[in-house]
Amino acid sequence: MSNEGFVTLYPLIIGLSVVLFSLGVLGVLVRRNAIIIFMSVELMLNAANLAFIAFARSFNQIDGQVFVFFVMVVAAAEVAVGLALIVAIFRTKRSINVDDINQLKG
Amino acid sequence: MIIFGALALIAVASAVMMIATRNAVHSALFLVVVMASLAVFFLGLWAPFVAMVQVAVYAGAIMVLFLFVIMLLGAEKTGARMLRSWQTPLAIGLAAAVVLLGALLLLNTAPIEVADLPAAEIVMGSAEAIGLALYSVWLFPFEAVSILLLVAMIGAVVMTRDERKKKSA
Repeated sequence: MSNEGFVTLYPLIIGLSVVLFSLGVLGVLVRRNAIIIFMSVELMLNAANLAFIAFARSFNQIDGQVFVFFVMVVAAAEVAVGLALIVAIFRTKRSINVDDINQLKG
Repeated sequence: MIIFGALALIAVASAVMMIATRNAVHSALFLVVVMASLAVFFLGLWAPFVAMVQVAVYAGAIMVLFLFVIMLLGAEKTGARMLRSWQTPLAIGLAAAVVLLGALLLLNTAPIEVADLPAAEIVMGSAEAIGLALYSVWLFPFEAVSILLLVAMIGAVVMTRDERKKKSA
């Protein structure tokens, strides 16, 4: 890897971030398995992290990289609570299909 | 350029497979591949410490948690039923529109001048540089997210607690 790294490809990296984020949105919309929906959310967070790192490098500021840590912490908290919710729902309903979770529907 | 192309291809292909595959375990493993390729991107963008944390925390800890829950629930077979017929093409169309819009915006943006790395003592993206920023400028957000993690931990424990045990006691 050269000294420049991926810097010259900076617009392409942002493009990759856009594509990965869109795939994450697609996963949330298309899949009905709650665990896969959570994984798609993780994919979106990762795409945002990639954009943060790319901008941090292009502006030569460390703040973008620090922010990625905060995103990771929030992701970890979200996964912990979300998976606990999924386990609790599975215990009562024996299903994690989000179409089956319609108790609050009027 | 070749490294970028190959890595981008691996990342996008794995992401597509992640949402396309029926088996939840395969899905999780494809997500690990996406995260690993993103970690290599972070290395190329002068963020070695973030890349290391990405592999250790994301691809390691968080994905183990996912796999653990998938195995615990035996949920790898429940992906059989998909959406109603008209929703899937709509979602794919919308995602394609977003990607096209992003591409248009990128093509219309003037190329951004990349700042030269200063010949400093502290290397950009090293653990030292990140630690200095984290514990000076970002100290209050750092404490806030640590409380957030604690609250999430307590919440997870409370939610998964066995209610029957409490009644019998």
